[in-house]
Amino acid sequence: MSEPRIVEVRRKILKENDRLARSLRERFRQAGVVVISLVSSPGAGKTTLLERLLSELRSDYRVAALVGDLATENDAARLARSGAPVKQITTGTVCHLDASMVERALADWSLDTLDFLFIENVGNLVCPSSFDLGEDLRLVLVSTPEGEDKPLKYPTIFNTADLAIITKLDLAAATRVDLRVLGENIAAVRPGIRILQLSSETGEGMTELKETLVSWRENRAAHAA
Amino acid sequence: MHELSIALSIVDGVLEEAGRHGTGQVEVVYVRVGRLSGVDKDALLFSYRVACGDTPLVNSRLEIEDVEVVIYCSQCQGERTLRSFPLLICDDCGSAANRVVHGDELEISRLEIAA
Repeated sequence: MSEPRIVEVRRKILKENDRLARSLRERFRQAGVVVISLVSSPGAGKTTLLERLLSELRSDYRVAALVGDLATENDAARLARSGAPVKQITTGTVCHLDASMVERALADWSLDTLDFLFIENVGNLVCPSSFDLGEDLRLVLVSTPEGEDKPLKYPTIFNTADLAIITKLDLAAATRVDLRVLGENIAAVRPGIRILQLSSETGEGMTELKETLVSWRENRAAHAA
Repeated sequence: MHELSIALSIVDGVLEEAGRHGTGQVEVVYVRVGRLSGVDKDALLFSYRVACGDTPLVNSRLEIEDVEVVIYCSQCQGERTLRSFPLLICDDCGSAANRVVHGDELEISRLEIAA
């Protein structure tokens, strides 16, 4: 019996997802829509922040959202109250969105009628990190009741994000979180990342987030021109 | 537990690659998994068995090679292996990493195919 052959492969495990994500990103760019995904643990405030963002951006921009959950259409119903087009992706047992789910959900959407598309991932600080959805910006949220060390416990998701948002700022005093330490921990696992603080409840910090997203969109449009 | 999705992608990728190299039975699949990839080794090994199911890989074995995190430090002007994971801070000078050079790998590196 002869020796087995060794075949060098060097292939990305998520090659197919990466390929789909690249083609989505190209589609988004051609349509001129900025796509922003939100990741966080369950209950960190993704849907509440998005409800507010959709409502406030809607007066000046054409906005829409996809929202992923294992089950129920509850979040889509909440987001639809903003008046923006919203579609729920139910993943069944899958703990994250992947590019093929986004592609399927967008099959019958005309993206060129949109300025911003938000994608709310399944609430999970581990699994979504590996899957590129073709988004332009990935926002990671951490809420003040979660404490200072979440970034150290879940470094990968913070490391794949472009912007970090500390939510539930109105509860900071009650939860005795040290915002300085939380910010340092985010920066330690993702050096150089911009960190915003806000409360979707009181509206504090919302203007800065909106301005950040809008200026990012304008910069991209300027580069594309 | 996204390791099952990862394992299913490994099986698809291996079957495609193996198809290009004849009809021999794949005996061992070597993958490289970076510490920063967020993939748990034991969960991946378990998921791989499930994902192989009734595919031609059912008798294959998965070998996982860990990849340490390597950062580029502009202070030291060089690459440094990270000992203080998950902190992306240079162990030598304490400054923040400018970029991750290695550690986010998730790749099929090679196959051992029966002759």
